[in-house]
Amino acid sequence: MNRIGKSGLTLAGIAVVCTGIVALTYELTAERIEENRKAHAEALLAAALGDIGYDSSLTDSRRTLPAPHGLPGDDAADIYRAELNGRTVAVLFAVTAMDGYAGPIRLLIGVRADGRLSGVRVVSHDETPGLGDQIESRRTDWILQFDGKSLVDPAPTDWAIRADGGDFDQITGASVSSRAVLKAVRDTLLYFADNRDAVLGTGEALKTDDENRQ
Amino acid sequence: MKTLKQQFAEGLWTDNPGLVQLLGLCPLLAVTTSFANGLGLGLATLFVLTASNALVSATRSLLSAEIRVPVYVIIIASLVTSVELMFEAWFPAMDRSLGIFIPLIVTNCAIVARAEVFASKNPVGLSILDGFAMGSGFALLLTGIGAVRELVGHGTLFADLGMLAGLDGSPGLELFDGGFLLALLPPGAFFCLALAVAAKNALDLRSRRAHGLRRANPEPR
Repeated sequence: MNRIGKSGLTLAGIAVVCTGIVALTYELTAERIEENRKAHAEALLAAALGDIGYDSSLTDSRRTLPAPHGLPGDDAADIYRAELNGRTVAVLFAVTAMDGYAGPIRLLIGVRADGRLSGVRVVSHDETPGLGDQIESRRTDWILQFDGKSLVDPAPTDWAIRADGGDFDQITGASVSSRAVLKAVRDTLLYFADNRDAVLGTGEALKTDDENRQ
Repeated sequence: MKTLKQQFAEGLWTDNPGLVQLLGLCPLLAVTTSFANGLGLGLATLFVLTASNALVSATRSLLSAEIRVPVYVIIIASLVTSVELMFEAWFPAMDRSLGIFIPLIVTNCAIVARAEVFASKNPVGLSILDGFAMGSGFALLLTGIGAVRELVGHGTLFADLGMLAGLDGSPGLELFDGGFLLALLPPGAFFCLALAVAAKNALDLRSRRAHGLRRANPEPR
């Protein structure tokens, strides 16, 4: 066999073996990875609800709104409802802040029925390690400053980071990340205020993905 | 043939991939913001380097000059993908913390350099040792710089080390409040690396003087 053919076959053989290694690892880890992701999502959902008591399943209450939906983000947004004795006590919005420093920041924003925030958590991001990643609750308390805030406290004009003359702390060295999160939280509150009845399920139902297709 | 001791001396000190060869600076500078991050990425790199040396060495007799680089790329890329999957499965918190830098191990030139310089010319056993020694040198440097930057920048040490045990974070030692933020910013990484390289050179110079050697580089390579 000529030299090129032999080299090509060797290369192909090694590629097959290496693909096998990856496939095997995938088989061994896929289930655990899926479990980890689910557990992480559940824990995040609960964390963004703060101390609100509820007796419904959060994951079962998920409704997906295709873009454009008026919430932050260019892709579909999810809404979860936490109910207590059949009444919605809080709503969780899974939205995306598109203007992060290193790409979109996925957020989970919990809003109580009275319009106050129950909590905000970062689901995923690509911000700079050591700087922008301080938006994560496990690194700093920065994101906890939103707890209990609403559109009347502070006033809408103060919904900005201090560097922009607002009422909220920013992360030193990561004002772009701070600004992106803050803006997404504010816009979600505005959306909640505009669609309160529909979101809480006391008025006309929100259009979901399926209903839009019909 | 090199002895085991010589191989480790090279990997950890005289030929340390980070301190002397200055390879793999991208992860070295980017993720060393804490002891735990440095150790996590260090161990992942150590594993990939050892395994890639083993595979390259095992296939070295099959490889002609034309296909050797593509083969290195395939081997290293599949190992890194596997490591990423394993991190996601068993150390999910660490995976979230290191983020893009685990897949980026693939671009660490220290790995392809050892494949080309050592593993493609030496038997499997020696290549595994070389990968382990070089990987340890790199991991120690990552961990050391991570510890210094975390201590100076945050005033903590070993924070989030629980991530390596699959936990979701642990406080670590809180030694003092505040800290000097510059250490955590990218320039801080350069300063720390520069200080480490300078310290190594100073120590080498001193030990050479102690041995009465005057030439700057007594062992021509």
